[in-house]
Amino acid sequence: MTIFEKSKAGRIAYRLPENDIPTRELDLPTHLVRKLPPELPELYEVDVVRHYTWLARRNYAVDVGIYPLGSCTMKYNPKVNEKIARLPGFTMVHPYQPEETLRGAFEVMYELKKLLCEITGMDDMTLQPAAGAHGELTGMLIVKAYFEDVGDTKRKVVIVPDSAHGTNPASAAMVGFEVIELKSKEGLVDVEELKKHLNEEVAAVMLTNPNTMGLFEKDILEIERITHECGALLYYDGANLNAILGRVRPGDMGFDVVHLNLHKTFSTPHGMGGPGSGPVGVKAHLAKYLPYPVIERQGEDFVLKRPEKSVGRVRSFFGNFPVLVKAYAYILTMGKDGLKSVGDMAVLNANYLKKKISKFLPVPYDGFCMHEFVASAEKVYKETGVRAFDLAKRLLDYGVHPPTMYFPLIVSEALMIEPTETESKETLDRYAEILEAVVKEAYENPELVKKAPHTTPVRRVDDVTASKKPVFRWRRGT
Amino acid sequence: MKKYTKTHEWISVEGDVAVVGITDHAQEKLGDVVYVNLPAVGKTVKKGEVLATIESVKSAADVYAPVSGEVTEVNDRLRSEPELVNKSPEGEGWLVKVKVFDLGELNDLLDEPAYRKFCEEEG
Amino acid sequence: MKHPYIPHTEEDVKEMLNSLGIDSIDELFKDIPIVLKKEPDLPPSQDEFTVFRKLKEISERNTSLEDFSVFLGAGVYLRHVPTVVYELAMKPEFLTAYTPYQSEVSQGTLQALFEYQTMICELTGMEVANSSMYDGATALAEAALMCIRITGKERVAVARSVHPEYREVLKTYLENRGFKVVEIGYDGSGRLSLKELEDAGESAAVIVQYPNFFGVVEDLELIKRKLRDSMFVVVAEPVSLGVLEAPGAFGADVVVGEGQSLGILPSLGGYSLGIFATREKYVRYMPGRIIGETVDSEGRKVYAMILQTREQHIRRAKATSNICSNHAHAALIASIYLAVMGREGIKEVALRSYSAAHYLQERLEEKGFRKKFSGPFFNEFVFQVPKEYPKRWREMVKSKILGPLPLERFYPELSDCALACTTEVVKREDIEKLMEAMG
Repeated sequence: MTIFEKSKAGRIAYRLPENDIPTRELDLPTHLVRKLPPELPELYEVDVVRHYTWLARRNYAVDVGIYPLGSCTMKYNPKVNEKIARLPGFTMVHPYQPEETLRGAFEVMYELKKLLCEITGMDDMTLQPAAGAHGELTGMLIVKAYFEDVGDTKRKVVIVPDSAHGTNPASAAMVGFEVIELKSKEGLVDVEELKKHLNEEVAAVMLTNPNTMGLFEKDILEIERITHECGALLYYDGANLNAILGRVRPGDMGFDVVHLNLHKTFSTPHGMGGPGSGPVGVKAHLAKYLPYPVIERQGEDFVLKRPEKSVGRVRSFFGNFPVLVKAYAYILTMGKDGLKSVGDMAVLNANYLKKKISKFLPVPYDGFCMHEFVASAEKVYKETGVRAFDLAKRLLDYGVHPPTMYFPLIVSEALMIEPTETESKETLDRYAEILEAVVKEAYENPELVKKAPHTTPVRRVDDVTASKKPVFRWRRGT
Repeated sequence: MKKYTKTHEWISVEGDVAVVGITDHAQEKLGDVVYVNLPAVGKTVKKGEVLATIESVKSAADVYAPVSGEVTEVNDRLRSEPELVNKSPEGEGWLVKVKVFDLGELNDLLDEPAYRKFCEEEG
Repeated sequence: MKHPYIPHTEEDVKEMLNSLGIDSIDELFKDIPIVLKKEPDLPPSQDEFTVFRKLKEISERNTSLEDFSVFLGAGVYLRHVPTVVYELAMKPEFLTAYTPYQSEVSQGTLQALFEYQTMICELTGMEVANSSMYDGATALAEAALMCIRITGKERVAVARSVHPEYREVLKTYLENRGFKVVEIGYDGSGRLSLKELEDAGESAAVIVQYPNFFGVVEDLELIKRKLRDSMFVVVAEPVSLGVLEAPGAFGADVVVGEGQSLGILPSLGGYSLGIFATREKYVRYMPGRIIGETVDSEGRKVYAMILQTREQHIRRAKATSNICSNHAHAALIASIYLAVMGREGIKEVALRSYSAAHYLQERLEEKGFRKKFSGPFFNEFVFQVPKEYPKRWREMVKSKILGPLPLERFYPELSDCALACTTEVVKREDIEKLMEAMG
């Protein structure tokens, strides 16, 4: 039942404090005054609590169990970070209060920036972008500004591998670039193919490393060389940074622009889809294009600066401040040794799980993976008619979350699995067992799997009708 | 005369008016069609340009004009019954009627046996 | 060093390495051609008590507005947030859940966001809303891009009385693409200059804020009549829509806004909520995730993400927008707030905010601080201040007052003015405190 159907006229769930300023009637032209009140529900507090408690119980979450979505890095979200972000000094502050009363906020942002620069090997950074894709957009704006500034007006193309996350080409297109998708070779960037496309029309090459197949782009030094040689810039999508924390830095790989996902690598909670945060780091020669405001230290004080050739402002106020606070707390907690463990254990977990799973679901490449790997259910599909989609739905019956399906696009019936470092060996063993059981079911009882899930709060959802005859909102009488 | 393209459109010509749709092979790959975005009547297209877009839940496919021409009619039934593209892709699920500018453009297209062979090789 | 978030014991590691046929973790990385050029300059790990204490100290170098009399809005509003709102929103099944790609185990998320979309439609008078964007500013920029996509025209006109930072973001998003942003001024009433609007010519969209940045209530009906072929984009303050006529009623094509005002703590403006709503006929051009209602295989009413073919994970370079992660959790907080307040509560909050602002304005007028604009205002207004006001404004903080915002920061032509705001939390004694501090 929706919350609107629980409404009863006359009930209230709020009581505002006593106030001694008399309420007055609106003195506005009548056509600007609302005739019909908005149809918001009238509930009492207990109904509100029960409704959202009931909704919460219908959700799977990291706090419930393993959530091995590839390239999402669904690691544990530390509770102390929530407690810190809720301190009144961090929540009860207005972006426009006098700057001298915001020293704490500026300190968090400045120090976080410095730590992230150190972790990534970059020279400066903006914390403004609200998400990874927003960071990519910002990065692309910086690339565009750079070439306009140096008078190199032919650079209209951005190259992305066909294994790239959809936001890469979408962000480049949003800034007005033409996108060329490069065919991968055995899951990696095909350097020869790349060479053919590199010319003075290319503004940037966008890479994820390790890539979305979970493989480290071994030819990165060569890729870096030829990209810079033709005058283009190299962009790093930091979604998979978890694999190389403490071992390799994108700055050292030669990237000019980098974005991070604080809600992935740096443990901030995903919140049903956001808010996250997507800081963008640059090498010194691009710092003048960063969005404003940039926070600098001046002795004991902080100043807000506008870089001389800034691309502009990319969101209101300072950025997703509570998310920045949580990420800062996380980095201080993990420290140098902790972050190195994160990378090491993330990669160990992925390889351990890959070894187990590849026994019954082929992984289309040999050798070790990084923090994630892709398995293919194509053989199962061909032999039983059961697809990756169906396997995923059946996993729900076992109380675990499926991996990412159908991504990257270059593997058929793909299942992309990233366990993260916060899952134990026992959890991984159990997950492999469950997946194996489901694959067995596909052969022995395909209908059971095709009609799954059977034990979740709701059964298989009809996506087709949902999109064919869309119902976007609740209406009385429906 | 019915011809096919390597991007899985079919075109059936009578005189200088052609009917265009997608093949059974294409609709199967797409899955359940939920929406069809048809061009405006009167629009001119060049061979190879995007003529229409077909959406399923999980994908969106561009339909390319097999020949250059002017759109004379669109299949309005698809607005409320997009599933016709799945049920009868080469019949009731037709997409667009086009007045063909240059019938010579049909020569590069595949005939049925050639198209069938192409599908086998692709898959 | 052991970490509470990392489960691997020495025994675990040994067993796992064994299963892989290797002796050390380093072997997993042996094909990487680069090594760290030097050890990263990072502090060692710390326990949670130390980290908490350190961050608490830092937080105390901020002046928290907890016991303050606050008269500053300008896009971020301090409200009474009923306890129940955060208690429910911070439940880990909401906070640590992901994007609801697997509908069957995400009905909590999906239904909450579907209800949010419904509430936004009700407030704005529009037909379809998405389940959030980052903030009001980026929602506006995306609305402009959407209008450009729909009309094919390459410029937009925006009122100067739209929030200054929103206009900056709008320019960043549009001018880099070669699209033009034209600003339309305001008149003595503080409202959009209709003459300038006419002179501006054809645009993909005309953008106004309601109430505008100066707190003045624009006459949306009058503006709509002047629009000709331009699309009508309104940046709305959601709480005011509890008593103001909905922009949808005036024929708005897209309504955007900042949802922080709906029960989200100020948080330096950083837990924002981009509201975005439009008409059904434009839905395929709309960015962002949309939740729809459907059925499951047993006929139950359920919810799912719909029309994903607009989005980047399917359309890639041809997507309506690159947006992926959104601000769903902020949308949850807002919908719980709206559920708690209900139609009567929102009305009461809006009216109290309005009443306090008018009372304050009268008090200021009595003391010789004159109102700048003649147009009707809602809960914010612009008034004239003496030259030393900005200095006084900084000093007021010592008396626990966050005074009206000196406007020299945003409008050079209004450098002798300030923007005052009241919400439902302001009492008579707060106002008297301010009057004293104004000198």
